[in-house]
Amino acid sequence: MQRYSIFSLARNALTGHKHWQEAWRSPEPQPAYDTLIIGAGGHGLGTAYYLAKEHGLSNVAVLEKGWLGGGNTGRNTTIIRSNYLYDESAALYDHSVKLWEGLSQELNYNVMFSQRGVMMLAHNVHDVQVLERHIYSHRLNGVDNEWLTPEEAKAFCPPLSIDRGARYPVMGAALQRRGGTARHDAVAWGYARGADARGVDIIQNCAVTGIRTEAGRVVGVETEKGFIRAKKVAVVAAGHSSHVMAMAGVRMPLESVPLQALVSEPVKPIFPCVVMSNSVHAYISQSDKGELVIGAGTDQYVSYSQRGGMQIPEHTLEAILELFPIFSRMSMLRQWGGTVDVTPDRSPIIGKTPVDGLYVNCGWGTGGFKATPGSAHVFAHTLATGEPHPINAPFTLDRFKTGRLIDEAAAAAVAH
Amino acid sequence: MLLIPCPFCGERAEIEFRCGGEAHIARPANPESETDDAWRDYLFVRRSPKGVHFERWNHSHGCQRWFNVARDTVSDEILAVYPMGEAAPEKLR
Ligand SMILES: Cc1cc2nc3c(=O)[nH]c(=O)nc-3n(C[C@H](O)[C@H](O)[C@H](O)COP(=O)(O)OP(=O)(O)OC[C@H]3O[C@@H](n4cnc5c(N)ncnc54)[C@H](O)[C@@H]3O)c2cc1C
Ligand SMILES: [Zn+2]
Repeated sequence: MQRYSIFSLARNALTGHKHWQEAWRSPEPQPAYDTLIIGAGGHGLGTAYYLAKEHGLSNVAVLEKGWLGGGNTGRNTTIIRSNYLYDESAALYDHSVKLWEGLSQELNYNVMFSQRGVMMLAHNVHDVQVLERHIYSHRLNGVDNEWLTPEEAKAFCPPLSIDRGARYPVMGAALQRRGGTARHDAVAWGYARGADARGVDIIQNCAVTGIRTEAGRVVGVETEKGFIRAKKVAVVAAGHSSHVMAMAGVRMPLESVPLQALVSEPVKPIFPCVVMSNSVHAYISQSDKGELVIGAGTDQYVSYSQRGGMQIPEHTLEAILELFPIFSRMSMLRQWGGTVDVTPDRSPIIGKTPVDGLYVNCGWGTGGFKATPGSAHVFAHTLATGEPHPINAPFTLDRFKTGRLIDEAAAAAVAH
Repeated sequence: MLLIPCPFCGERAEIEFRCGGEAHIARPANPESETDDAWRDYLFVRRSPKGVHFERWNHSHGCQRWFNVARDTVSDEILAVYPMGEAAPEKLR
């Protein structure tokens, strides 16, 4: 693997940038692998990377129906935070934030992780109480979070309106300073390059069309490029997870719904952090390119269309303008949708399935980008050893039978 | 936004409706004697198909009545509308 540095940049500049190596190969599939990963999003590619790097397993292929990073990884609003209510979630998401902190160095690839702070607004007495409860529970779990008065919130994010006469006045905010954003594509590309360099085959334009089992054990997958034998198969297909798991006869506690986002025309730096409001349902940040990045909500019905209704972003923009009247004349440039797989408790499913050798990492719904490194790391452990890492042990598929839910739905209930 | 044909009021914009989720999920008849598997399936497991889906809709800002809809989840095209309590159209199953 060609390492990136100021020197390699200078050297390649001298030859007109014509001699950069390809970041990864595009191999044809081998007839058999030890492990197959279905889905080359950040979670699948990261899993392959950690399998090779931490567990020395590189007889691995990642199968992708489109292009790598073209699913939700390349469609999300990149908010990263770990201020989740329950102990299990705090452990999982904070594991991830810690990995984010060293990821650019780890991958020798700039993922542009920026800890600019994530501020969640309170608009009524109930919000204040809920956020304060969250702050205390986060601190007990070693996750940073602090309370800001409306004036302090405005000082942290100057475009914010704290007008007391607003329909939903800002009554304070919870600020996680370690939270922030990253470059979504770079995360997929960085993991792909690192995995490829360690011998993992990344096979694009190769949809999985069937999962073959014998006597309750997985033996391989049918693909657009023929049958590929494997000892272990890992489904990391986000919005398509129910569909892929059904190929192995496993029915999932998931529903796939559209989730939309939009960006404005690029402007000079004006917005220094990430602001989220669960009550009026808005979240916003500014990319390094200068666009305001705005996340809208989910549509109310199951759909794989990768597009949602216009009323959803409209509703979000109404909320944004209430909080930031300064943006009322701004033009929006683009709007798009992804297909997100939502679990009943809004927590992911990471681990074994009823089929031997078949593993799943899904159910990240509206908020799994932030978890990419942590999820991939503990899932690689699960695949390599056959047993869950202590961090993902509570996130079983079985919990929907035992009733041991991790109910972040009640704790957040909002797209993020 | 979907254009939904309410069987009572005619075609209306989706914002007048509330989606009630997957149709034809029957509550276990004998709750005390059901297995944990049956409860999981009833409470949490959903089809979420890529293709024809059967779901309940309520015209909440109109006549407030419930009905079933068959819809293709890839194109979002509405294929059929039929009354509550009636089985899904044979040809779409
Ligand atoms: C609009 C939007 C905004 C979001 N905002 C945030 C946010 O701010 N913060 C946050 O933390 N999260 C956010 N999310 C959620 C986040 O994007 C996802 O949880 C996360 O990216 C999932 O990563 P993944 O690698 O599992 O999935 P994906 O990147 O979707 O990868 C799954 C891959 O599987 C492939 N695949 C599917 N079926 C098959 C098949 N049969 N054969 C082969 N390959 C297949 C797909 O093509 C896809 O590339 C947002 C999502 C959306 C849509
Ligand atoms: Zn009606």
